Amino acid sequence: MTALPQPVTRLTRWRQSDLWWSFTQSKAAMFAAGLLAFLVITAFAAPLYVPQNPFDPAQLTLLNAEYPPIWVEGGQWPFLLGTDTQGRDILSAILYGSRVSILIGLASVFFALVVGLGTGLVAGYYGGLIEDALMRIGDVLLSIPTILIAILVSAIVRELLPTHLREVGAAGVLVLAIVLSGWVQYARTVRAQTSVERGKEYVQAAQLLKVPARRIMFRHILPNTLTPIFVAATLNFGMAILTEATLSFLGIGMPASQPSLGTLIRLGNQFLFSGMWWITVFPVLQLCLLVVAVNLLGDWLRDALNPKLR
Amino acid sequence: MIVFLVKRLANAALVMLVVALMAFLIFRFVGDPVQLMVNEQTTQAERDALREGLGLNDPVAVQFLRFVGNAVQGDFGVSYRNQQEVMSLIAERFPATIELVLLATVISLVVGVPLGVITAIHRGTWFSEGLQFLSIIGVSLPSFVIGILLILIFSVILNVLPAFGRGEVVSIGWWTTGLLTQSGRAALILPAVALSLYQITLVMRLVRAEMMEVLRSDFIKFARARGVPRSRVHYVHALRNCLMPVVTMTAMNIGSLIAFALITETVFQWPGMGMLFIQAVTFVDIPVMAAYLCIVSFIFVALNTLVDIAYALIDPRLRAARG
Repeated sequence: MTALPQPVTRLTRWRQSDLWWSFTQSKAAMFAAGLLAFLVITAFAAPLYVPQNPFDPAQLTLLNAEYPPIWVEGGQWPFLLGTDTQGRDILSAILYGSRVSILIGLASVFFALVVGLGTGLVAGYYGGLIEDALMRIGDVLLSIPTILIAILVSAIVRELLPTHLREVGAAGVLVLAIVLSGWVQYARTVRAQTSVERGKEYVQAAQLLKVPARRIMFRHILPNTLTPIFVAATLNFGMAILTEATLSFLGIGMPASQPSLGTLIRLGNQFLFSGMWWITVFPVLQLCLLVVAVNLLGDWLRDALNPKLR
Repeated sequence: MIVFLVKRLANAALVMLVVALMAFLIFRFVGDPVQLMVNEQTTQAERDALREGLGLNDPVAVQFLRFVGNAVQGDFGVSYRNQQEVMSLIAERFPATIELVLLATVISLVVGVPLGVITAIHRGTWFSEGLQFLSIIGVSLPSFVIGILLILIFSVILNVLPAFGRGEVVSIGWWTTGLLTQSGRAALILPAVALSLYQITLVMRLVRAEMMEVLRSDFIKFARARGVPRSRVHYVHALRNCLMPVVTMTAMNIGSLIAFALITETVFQWPGMGMLFIQAVTFVDIPVMAAYLCIVSFIFVALNTLVDIAYALIDPRLRAARG
């Protein structure tokens, strides 16, 4: 009885949680989290240390073009991973491209969550016509493969934008395409959970106390539906990065002036047969590392939050 | 049962109608069809005549009904880009895509099922854990990346397999096949493997999960106790009870494989429907886009409906629950 009770901060609560314990027990999860942190930090700190801004034409010279990686004969300092046909440093391009990919992935998941949680809560809480309408829309969206929805939305919205906005708005169009193809999953999960929670005593009590419906939905019910959403959002972050890369690879995503990893792969793909493999292979590797890290983390999270597996 | 059947079919029809509405809205309101079909020399009078001839002055509802009526008869109009009938363009490309998708499905079953069984039986060994880890990587690799890596290894470095095209094809009636010629078969290998990889990981994970459940059940314990050889217990008694969900998933996923094939087809320059669609997207060839959307969704919805009905036929409990 000597130790004084420590003040319970958020940090100590987190350190004592089951989730943190399970994290420290899982090598795969710690490896994935470390890798992800490394990739994100190197990407966002890139302007501090890379040899050039790869998308400022003034900093590129054709004299530096087509160097292979530094460990291959003909490689040149400071171009560690070589250069492309315009003298652009591949390492710098990859790091700048990762920033675009990560930001679009985050934005897509965030807005899909906002739309999905909002509609799911309202549909589950009020039921009736709103619920029916939502379920039918979900049925239709789920009966078209998601990649097809993303491609169609992206192609059509680009076409509807005035020409001078197409390059500037490319990121926004991509986010919209990924959100529209992805929000249904959240909406369905939250709706199912909400219609269960709606009948429980704590909700009835809150209703009797005349707590406003909006407050009941967001402060009382929502926290109880978040566990499966947490897992889905993590895995969907990986999916969103992949969808963005796929659209950019197909030529209906980020333009060459502000490339994501997918754009870099598309541009490099033309040089695969001329022996300049490094232009494609390094962006491919970076993309895979990024998504593998996210998916490993999501996989661990699914098991760690699953009460059946405890 | 009849009530269930009618409900399920009505639902499918409703979904298709909404898809058709989306296709129609794209067709009608993204860009002006007349503007896209004429050139600079066309006079105003000719433009008006064309507009009238296409029925674009009728009420939108009438236009939609006409669109659906034509679509049901397989008439999706004329491609803006090369003035060919959309339906004949798609019919030309259809066999290439189907051949690719079916072969990828076969590969995914032939490879995925045994891998799933092995990882379930030898749970916890380094071999099984390694495969499980590889399957996460398999899910994380986008299909175009797999395509590029396969091309790099087998076409650029080893130079043993072709990286693009379909090779020589033989026509049987209106169907064309690459399976009957040497170059056709060689050209099919890389795209089919690239397309099947994701599917392999899905099949493997599903079989593994199902097997682990079945292996715990009493009839397996009984078979073991009776002295049935282990391999027979695993591959005959247990596996047979896992196959139902595998078959379901495979059937349902053929639709998404057709959609995903468009990426594989672009990487390998495979002359299928998907490449036609991507070219249409780049040139904003709306009739082709609308037709592709309708056809792929139709295959998708039809397969899902068939699977649901088959399930209801096999398992009477579902009829009561959903009917």
